[in-house]
Amino acid sequence: MSELSVNHLLGIKYITEADIELIFKTADHFKEVINRPIKKVPSLRDITIANLFFENSTRTKLSFELAEKRLSADVINFSAAASSVKKGETLIDTVNNILSMKVDMVVMRHPNPGAGVFLSKHIDASIVNAGDGAHEHPTQALLDSYSIRERLGDVAGKNVVIVGDILHSRVALSNIYALKLQGANVKVCGPKTLIPKHIKSLGVEVELDLRKALEWCDVANMLRVQNERMDISYFPSTREYTQQYGVDKTLLDSLDKEIVIMHPGPINRGVEITSDVADSDHAIILDQVQNGVAVRMAVIYLLASKIKQ
Amino acid sequence: MSQKVLLTATEIHIILNRLACQLIENHTDFKETVIIGIQPRGVFLAERMKQLLINEYGIEDIKLGRLDITFYRDDFRRSEKILAANTTQIDFVVENKKVVFIDDVLYTGRSINAALTALQSFGRPQEVELLCLIDRRFSRHLPIQPDYKGRQVDAINDQKVKVCWTENEGEDTVYLVKS
Repeated sequence: MSELSVNHLLGIKYITEADIELIFKTADHFKEVINRPIKKVPSLRDITIANLFFENSTRTKLSFELAEKRLSADVINFSAAASSVKKGETLIDTVNNILSMKVDMVVMRHPNPGAGVFLSKHIDASIVNAGDGAHEHPTQALLDSYSIRERLGDVAGKNVVIVGDILHSRVALSNIYALKLQGANVKVCGPKTLIPKHIKSLGVEVELDLRKALEWCDVANMLRVQNERMDISYFPSTREYTQQYGVDKTLLDSLDKEIVIMHPGPINRGVEITSDVADSDHAIILDQVQNGVAVRMAVIYLLASKIKQ
Repeated sequence: MSQKVLLTATEIHIILNRLACQLIENHTDFKETVIIGIQPRGVFLAERMKQLLINEYGIEDIKLGRLDITFYRDDFRRSEKILAANTTQIDFVVENKKVVFIDDVLYTGRSINAALTALQSFGRPQEVELLCLIDRRFSRHLPIQPDYKGRQVDAINDQKVKVCWTENEGEDTVYLVKS
């Protein structure tokens, strides 16, 4: 197979295992490309991509922009903070205005869950979801799985625990879909208040004891506590959270095996993981960032190949 | 669909030896020369040429690379069939080297055009030459010609030249296939 089954990447929920395999295979080639002296290919020289960020982002935006530029696409950037959205313009109006400038693809981050799906029903351009509220962040999940595959050889059969604020995390949901699709065993671990009530219906297990979760897993994906999405207090204090759900070197060394530590960033050093863990050989956090560019190049390339001339 | 044999195993053997001699004439000991097979089909021929030069003609070391041109093609989104990429492996410096591109069939010249663009990502070679087993003349879209050619073929557009290698298809034969 050399074609994706979808025209948009709205979430991992909407793609197949074969799609993931194709994206990874293509990303392998782009990873070789971005390690060349000249890190650019001309494939998308006649494609224009709009990066619409209705919510703050640093690494995802940089990573997408770099991926687009390395494919030779023309790129326009939009951030809601400095736009007419503040003047009351609707999402469809904003996007249609941008599309009338002949844009072929839209990469969008939006605070509302389902914004990407909504948009895909109203406009013609190909859409990549770069995070929609607490719903999905598909490219992050893809690069996480890609990084696991790179480090451990395969995702199938591996035990992965996602630790932290599952309730507010789009990274957690996309990762659960992606990992389950590829045959991994998934547990979530965190304070009871930050674990969604019906999470078991996704086929994952809940473990409230961090030590037990780490003893079980091959990979621990440490999530950030998303204070900005919390309207009430979910745990007594950051200090107490760290005591129960923070990973430090002493805890890692006390396990009878080596596990891989991942983090989607930005890290709150000293909260979910300590600096000596984040900078240790266990952590593949910077590999995740590098793989992010290759995986996003693959996603954009494969979606662009489906845009009609 | 009918097909006829253009080149037999013996003819291919003779042609490859001639091409090896012609390469040695121009590149002597291959100290400043690298050969690059164009993915996917050119790599079989490139590997054959390397083995021949080392085993039969005593060349000590040949630097061989593989170049995939998928991301450099000029028909992206224009062609019905979506092509899957292959591995690129160039583990040496191309800067100031003499490069010999190797492909099985030269047809429109567009693949070689893409290969020339792709090669720029690896540095500025001193010169680039082209070796192909089959040259389908009169069908070029671009001003690209081979420096070394096995056999020239006059084929019409609905005909296809199929090059088979023992290591891939189980036999060394070149067919002219008519659909």
